[in-house]
Amino acid sequence: MLRSWNSLSTPNPHRLASAVAREDEHLLVAAAKSGDASAFEELVSRYERKIFRLTMNITRNREDAEDAMQDAFLKSYSHLKTFQGDSRFYTWLVRIAANEALMRLRKRRPNQFSLDEPIEGDEDLMPRELQDWGPGPEQRFAQTEMHEILSSVIDELEPEYRTVFVLRDIEELSTEETADAVGISVPAVKSRLLRARLKLRQKLDRYFKQGATN
Amino acid sequence: MNCQNVIQELSNFIDGELDAASKQDLEGHLKDCTECKLVVDQTKKTVRLFCDSEPIELPGEVRNRLHEALRRKFKEATH
Repeated sequence: MLRSWNSLSTPNPHRLASAVAREDEHLLVAAAKSGDASAFEELVSRYERKIFRLTMNITRNREDAEDAMQDAFLKSYSHLKTFQGDSRFYTWLVRIAANEALMRLRKRRPNQFSLDEPIEGDEDLMPRELQDWGPGPEQRFAQTEMHEILSSVIDELEPEYRTVFVLRDIEELSTEETADAVGISVPAVKSRLLRARLKLRQKLDRYFKQGATN
Repeated sequence: MNCQNVIQELSNFIDGELDAASKQDLEGHLKDCTECKLVVDQTKKTVRLFCDSEPIELPGEVRNRLHEALRRKFKEATH
């Protein structure tokens, strides 16, 4: 019998939405583990857009992103019984999807980069020629335009920085979870994250600085 | 704390991972250094813009392909 899982999402005014969503997720995972396919499909429907954003952000290739997303969901279903619940299901799913996306990225660009080699140097990270962005770039650009800007600047970022930034700042994995997912050390994650943030700030500068022509 | 130290500690500051003394030191520097304040504010904004960005819409045909593959997987699992 197909159950309506939507009822589990009914907001309770006395509780935080995120807390409800987490408890809801826990119930869905438990049902899926005991063989309820509709519960798993509800989890997929809930996270498919976010997982597609993740695989797209890592691979920057539409075909690879679609395949990585699909394989991530299929693998998570196959291995669901091994999910112990130590982390959120979504975090577990993100790690599977990140692996699928990284595998395709490495295959497509085998000579362009390696996530495993140290890339951190002692270069001067101090930004130069700083300019004020003025009040609220969010208000100066329409949502679709802002989306294009963000997509364009993240596309320019080297994969080793982009991957760490996506996992830490967009998917909100912890430093340790990111290190584990990418297969690098915690200090390397911290170093790459700092560089990624500074590089993205610099790239956004050309759109957001006062008097910039868009 | 000098400007170079601020940049080195920027991520720890944004993520709230600095100890109280270092945080106070860094905030003291920001009061007097407009350049570092700009870097900190703009980097925070950069992170927030990406963090708040809405996931892209999943194209209908991609979604259909995904759910069809899932249902095949469910069938396999029950046989």
